[in-house]
Amino acid sequence: MTHISVKVDGTTYEDDVEPRLLLVHYLRDRLGLTGTPIGCDTSNCGACTVELDGASVKSCSVLAVQADGSEVTTVQGLAHDGELTALQRAFHEKHALQCGYCTPGMLMAARDLLREHPHPTSEEIRHALEGNLCRCTGYQNIVRAVQAASEEEVPA
Amino acid sequence: MTDQAVEPEVGRARPRKEDARLITGQTNWTDNISVNGLLHMAILRSPMAHARIERIDVSPALDRPGVIAAFSGGDFAEVLGSLPCAWPVTEDIVLPDHPAVAVDEVRYAGDPVAVVVARDRYAAADALEAIEVDYEPLPPVLDLEAALGQDAPLVHSGKGTNRCYVWPLKTGEDFDSVRQRAEVTLKRRYHQQRLIPNAMEPRAVVVTPLAASGEYTLYSATQIPHIVRVMMAVVTGIPEHKLRVIAPDVGGGFGSKLQVYGEEAIALAVARRLGRPVKWTESRSEGYLATHHGRGMIQDVEIAANRDGTLLGLKVDLLADMGAYLMLVTPGIPILGAFMYPAIYKMGSYDFTCTGVFTTRTPTDAYRGAGRPEATFAIERVMDELAVELGLDPVELRRRNWIGHEEFPYTTIAGLTYDSGNYEAATEKALALFDYDKLRAEQADRNHRGDTVRLGIGVSTYTEMCGLAPSRVLRDLRYAAGGWEAASIRVLPTGKVEVVTGTSPHGQGHVTCWSQIAADVLGVPFEDVEVVHGDTKAAPQGMDTYGSRSLVVGGTAVHHAARKVVEKARKVAAHLLEASENDLEFTDGVFSVKGSPDARKTIQEVAFETFSSHDLPDGMEPTINAEHLTDPDNFSYPHGTHLCAVEVDTETGQTRIRSYVSVDDVGRVVNPTIVEGQVHGGIAQGIAQALYEEAVYDDDGNLVTGTMADYLVPAAPDLPDFVTDRTETPATSNPLGVKGVGEAGTIASTPAVVNAVMDALRPLGVHDIRMPCTPERVWRAVREARR
Repeated sequence: MTHISVKVDGTTYEDDVEPRLLLVHYLRDRLGLTGTPIGCDTSNCGACTVELDGASVKSCSVLAVQADGSEVTTVQGLAHDGELTALQRAFHEKHALQCGYCTPGMLMAARDLLREHPHPTSEEIRHALEGNLCRCTGYQNIVRAVQAASEEEVPA
Repeated sequence: MTDQAVEPEVGRARPRKEDARLITGQTNWTDNISVNGLLHMAILRSPMAHARIERIDVSPALDRPGVIAAFSGGDFAEVLGSLPCAWPVTEDIVLPDHPAVAVDEVRYAGDPVAVVVARDRYAAADALEAIEVDYEPLPPVLDLEAALGQDAPLVHSGKGTNRCYVWPLKTGEDFDSVRQRAEVTLKRRYHQQRLIPNAMEPRAVVVTPLAASGEYTLYSATQIPHIVRVMMAVVTGIPEHKLRVIAPDVGGGFGSKLQVYGEEAIALAVARRLGRPVKWTESRSEGYLATHHGRGMIQDVEIAANRDGTLLGLKVDLLADMGAYLMLVTPGIPILGAFMYPAIYKMGSYDFTCTGVFTTRTPTDAYRGAGRPEATFAIERVMDELAVELGLDPVELRRRNWIGHEEFPYTTIAGLTYDSGNYEAATEKALALFDYDKLRAEQADRNHRGDTVRLGIGVSTYTEMCGLAPSRVLRDLRYAAGGWEAASIRVLPTGKVEVVTGTSPHGQGHVTCWSQIAADVLGVPFEDVEVVHGDTKAAPQGMDTYGSRSLVVGGTAVHHAARKVVEKARKVAAHLLEASENDLEFTDGVFSVKGSPDARKTIQEVAFETFSSHDLPDGMEPTINAEHLTDPDNFSYPHGTHLCAVEVDTETGQTRIRSYVSVDDVGRVVNPTIVEGQVHGGIAQGIAQALYEEAVYDDDGNLVTGTMADYLVPAAPDLPDFVTDRTETPATSNPLGVKGVGEAGTIASTPAVVNAVMDALRPLGVHDIRMPCTPERVWRAVREARR
């Protein structure tokens, strides 16, 4: 067991974990933060994407011990006081989700993109979301949503 | 309440009620469920396609840390019946026993052989490695034609054959005589590759037992909680009234969760045995082996026509890969397609035969369109080939044969009665949006110049069969269940409304659409409606969600139930207003007396009156709640025209979709935003079958594309922007006029894309390419043609 201290969505957690425990399982099974889902076991689908110290990562590809001393933001930490982010609002308004399983990962990946490129073209959005798979939307409305969010002044 | 007219909900592009939870991570996926004392289950699966289990010892697993129990097939054989097949399509179908865990023989790579239960999921997965199994390999059965040979090794040796069934449908003039008098006949063979569904949420099951009363709650990532409940009662012997099935948030299904899976039965058996709650969640790679696959067919198609393009007849010989076992509706999937090969065309002869074949591969079953995409692909591909043969524009050939809009209702050669449609209107609109003539000119120019990047244009004019289904028709097809759907409506004392539906959504937006339907009929605000679904206790009756039936059958049930509520409320209102029921008008939620608009009661006031029950009509039960079960009169038949332009690089084999236009006619539209989204997703999958996806097995029967790293699920850069539009020809078979949309895109797009690829390469001498048209296959075909 290894001791870790991780700040997740604003709360600091102190835990002893097995060194092999994946960050996504730590979030889901130990912290009960089940907003981040798991879609595959090969890091292809991107459903489990979270933010680790400000950069989006697939939380199935990170060990919990690697997050020691870090700050993690999940989809559950995006809205504040019930106020949705521009991206969340845009996903809702543009019908950028159907079953919603890929949505947390899409939101986190898109957030990373908009931080780096506040006004991306649709090509750039498609490229940035290449590691996040969706089976319902055909991606078009996701691209529209990210574009719409990029046009807002409010940070993503 | 004012007298201002309220804008109707049906037809409005409402953002979804469902989204709030999903965009904030407040979700309730099955794998999220945790309870005290929860145990985790892992399943050891056969590494071979076909083998005898000589010896199995699970006891070493018990020594591993955290392990509570371990079981092999024999342990389950005593307590679980065979997994069900509800669609024995012929009287003499071969129905092999299907154990949830293999006992003495494994029949596909992935067949479960042992189960470990441990305190956490890592421990359970680890302990699988300790189980000892000796396999004696048996020959795999992989080739559909060879499997039918005299000396073929048998998937189920006790059955003496790999032929599961033969199902014919011959109507109209005898095809042999049609062939003789036809001026043109064409024969083609098409392969429908196996597809792996890949719903984003892997399957998961949680069982919580209540030992004292013998009650069990089964949470499952399923499309069909009601059917699972019935079937699990049969398979496990747990009485139906003691079994509650809940489908919480379900992350996509596409048919792959229209299933009664062994893992659901195993989890129930383990929970019963141990008296503890258990959870099983598949990994994606495990799902590739163990969740049913789709398609897997060889289609021999022959079409007969006159030189002017008039179709005379169609013959289809179909070999359908059942895989190793018959799952819930495995044999019926190609039969659904059987009715759709003649599509929207008039002809006098149809000769269809499907042979179901067992192989040592993962079982097949419903997947995105289920039989209908395959049928549409074959007819739309062969129509293009016929157009080439006759020197006709492919759109013109279709136009010469399709059912005219004035001819509806029209009974096709396959025996279906299409209630309404307008193929000309949808096609004209699509051609205009696509700029067909301009693209044809560019294509001619590129061909003339010998451009290495060729342009191809593909058309697909499709119809589908939605709204499954009239129960009597299902009886005639030997499908065990009915096709009705249930809805009930509870108007709460405060006037808020609960719509209880038997459909069980997994991304389609039922909550929003059912709210729209109920709000219109009841005259209550959209926001005042909540929809209850996916729990056999809260929504006890239903036939669930598949085959684009939810809106057409389930939505219709909601409409009828709401009408009943209004009629009950009218009685109460008439009593309260001291008026005759016939003198009451009901508009936007208000009953008013004709000619005395001030004498009025809102439906909310009526609801409270029934709650207090102080002054009801004599003999009336104190409720305006109502339920309705709808059994449809007919299927519904959406249709449309999809056009695709591709650029194919003849040097690299790369295909790029240049533009994609669809015009779909799904009847009346409840929510245009949701319809558009459904079409997008469907087109994406159809393109994926055409260009990217295929389940590949090696010669030993191992699944080579066994992970998401090996199986190409298209990502955002792989797909274009789609131009989607609609025409609207209401269905006549339901009061809403709706037709269903879930599968339209998938059905239409695969042939549109492949027709476009072939159109690009035909001038180079390429005549066919098997799907998916990968760069390598295209490149090889071009090279071959150049030789």
